[in-house]
Amino acid sequence: MPLPAEERARLKRIAFEIRQQIVDVTAWSGGAHIGGALSMTDILTILYFKYLNIEPAQPDWPDRDRFVLSKGHGGVGHAVALAHRGYFPKEDLREFNATGSKLGMHLDSRKAVGVDVSTGSMGHGLSQAVGLALAARVLRKNWRTYCIVGDGESNEGSIWEAAMAAHHYKLANLTAFCDRNHMMIDGLTEEVMGLEPLAAKWTAFGWQVRSVNGHDFDELADAVEFALANADGPVMIIADTVKGKGVDFMENDPAWHYGGLGGELLAKARASLERMA
Amino acid sequence: MSTTEGGLTWTVYDADKLTQREIYGLVLTEMGERHPEIVGLSADLAKSTKIGTFGERFPERFFNFGIAEQNLFGVAAGMAKAGLVPFVSTFSSFASMRACEFLRTDVCYQNLNVKVIATHGGTSFGSAGATHHSTEDLSIVRAFANLTVIVPADGIETARAVRACMEIAGPVYIRIGRGFEPRVYDSEDYPFEIGQAVEMCPGTDLTVICCGPVVYHAVQAAKILREEQRVSVRVLNMHTIKPIDEAAILRAVADTRRIVTFEDHSVIGGLGTAVADVIAASGKGCAFEKAGIPDEFSMHGYPEDLMHHYKIDTDGILEKIGEVLGRDFEADEDWEDEV
Ligand SMILES: Cc1ncc(C[n+]2csc(CCOP(=O)(O)OP(=O)(O)O)c2C)c(N)n1
Repeated sequence: MPLPAEERARLKRIAFEIRQQIVDVTAWSGGAHIGGALSMTDILTILYFKYLNIEPAQPDWPDRDRFVLSKGHGGVGHAVALAHRGYFPKEDLREFNATGSKLGMHLDSRKAVGVDVSTGSMGHGLSQAVGLALAARVLRKNWRTYCIVGDGESNEGSIWEAAMAAHHYKLANLTAFCDRNHMMIDGLTEEVMGLEPLAAKWTAFGWQVRSVNGHDFDELADAVEFALANADGPVMIIADTVKGKGVDFMENDPAWHYGGLGGELLAKARASLERMA
Repeated sequence: MSTTEGGLTWTVYDADKLTQREIYGLVLTEMGERHPEIVGLSADLAKSTKIGTFGERFPERFFNFGIAEQNLFGVAAGMAKAGLVPFVSTFSSFASMRACEFLRTDVCYQNLNVKVIATHGGTSFGSAGATHHSTEDLSIVRAFANLTVIVPADGIETARAVRACMEIAGPVYIRIGRGFEPRVYDSEDYPFEIGQAVEMCPGTDLTVICCGPVVYHAVQAAKILREEQRVSVRVLNMHTIKPIDEAAILRAVADTRRIVTFEDHSVIGGLGTAVADVIAASGKGCAFEKAGIPDEFSMHGYPEDLMHHYKIDTDGILEKIGEVLGRDFEADEDWEDEV
């Protein structure tokens, strides 16, 4: 079912602002993992501004939904989303990457407000998400756990160990996204280490799989609604995305996995976002 | 001096402009020309570790396994079993921890000829924070039997170590940095032997034993002390952590009776601990301190800020030397009796 037009427009507006801020923070901080932050922005937006049951004023609220950024190098995107959702002042983003600040490149759950789990080394987040989902069962809580996994990250054997466990324990309260931007550091995923058929792999591991356009809020919402209604086990939403989404000179260029925006690049990136919005 | 071996086109003068990683990539590529048995392996960090330079020249001998470090080390072991010499490169945090047991059990237990060139050592990945710092790697890999562990001081020493590791029939772990570690050596023309410390500065009042990027700062500190305070500090570049140069440590005990170790690593289990073991076993008295990252997770920040914060830069080394020199030590003891 398509979203109401107003809701779609609201989400698009927020995603645009988050992308703008990601670009700004990348410029201020000297460099960030911008490509993979821009590719998952729409997923973060729909989670933080539609689905996550959270109280930013009370970040430790025990019954909150949990979110795990398994591809922890996307910290710049996560930090911006948290600031926009009101976990901390946007001003704090000025400190991103600065020595000893609360916001490092890979967010530290003991320092950054609103971050449930520390990540950064690939292939750890999904296991922690399984732990959170199992804990909800043990504690008889209704919180849901959401997780974003990178496609390159899915090379790690531990992702598949977690996948097996989530199916084994029938974790219907766990919903994962794969940010399928088709790129990793050394190039295209299919050239560095082929993942396809990816949907068939998750299906074979017992997950219910939805493949969507990761930049289309209607499709993303449909997939999350499916997960919310599903009581059988974990759901994997494979979100087809564009690395560097929104900034023309970054889109689909693996060189923009990590980069800085010195000199005129910041203005160019901002102008491109405006044009493509 | 320019190096022409194997048609190499760079000179040591470039060491000012090249990172340790870039020099590693160039040296390995040059070695690849002469050694068809060398293969290169990485895990989505071919570009970041610069083993990709070898991969561009020898695509048929280079393998990228994606982000899968355990498999990376297992495959290397298999290739070594068949007589190849795998050079494996990833960040040192992942080589030592993510792939830990594969390195220990597949590679070291079988004493296989695998060369691990682990980059982004210590806190050199700065703002990436504790997930990407490797402040425990020396402690971990030092405990693996059969493994030789080397921490070069700069790009030139990286070249020496990478060449020299081919002469060892067994596994070697070489830990290098990420960025522009300042140059310590003017040329490759100095005695480099695996297992033998290099005396960077002679001295009789105190000995600094250090490795990696800290060596540059220790040399600076020793110069300042000599010129400004007439204090004579011996600086030993202990580039090989294992096997450690026991003789050099024992000479330092006897000659200077004060030793301080500095390393970009936890004070638990690394260079400092290795030196302490030798001193303790000698039965000789010696004022001793280990400096490095304390027993906590390192914070994120610019690498030079972190070295300053953890007091392993020139200022920190001067401060610590001052403390240890001021310690009332010789007055209490009769050194001759003790020896
Ligand atoms: C265990 C581990 N190995 C290597 C890295 C270095 N690294 C950081 S990001 C990255 C590529 C990630 O690719 P992907 O998951 O596709 O993320 P995206 O393209 O969405 O940024 C790698 C190899 C790491 N963080 N952790």
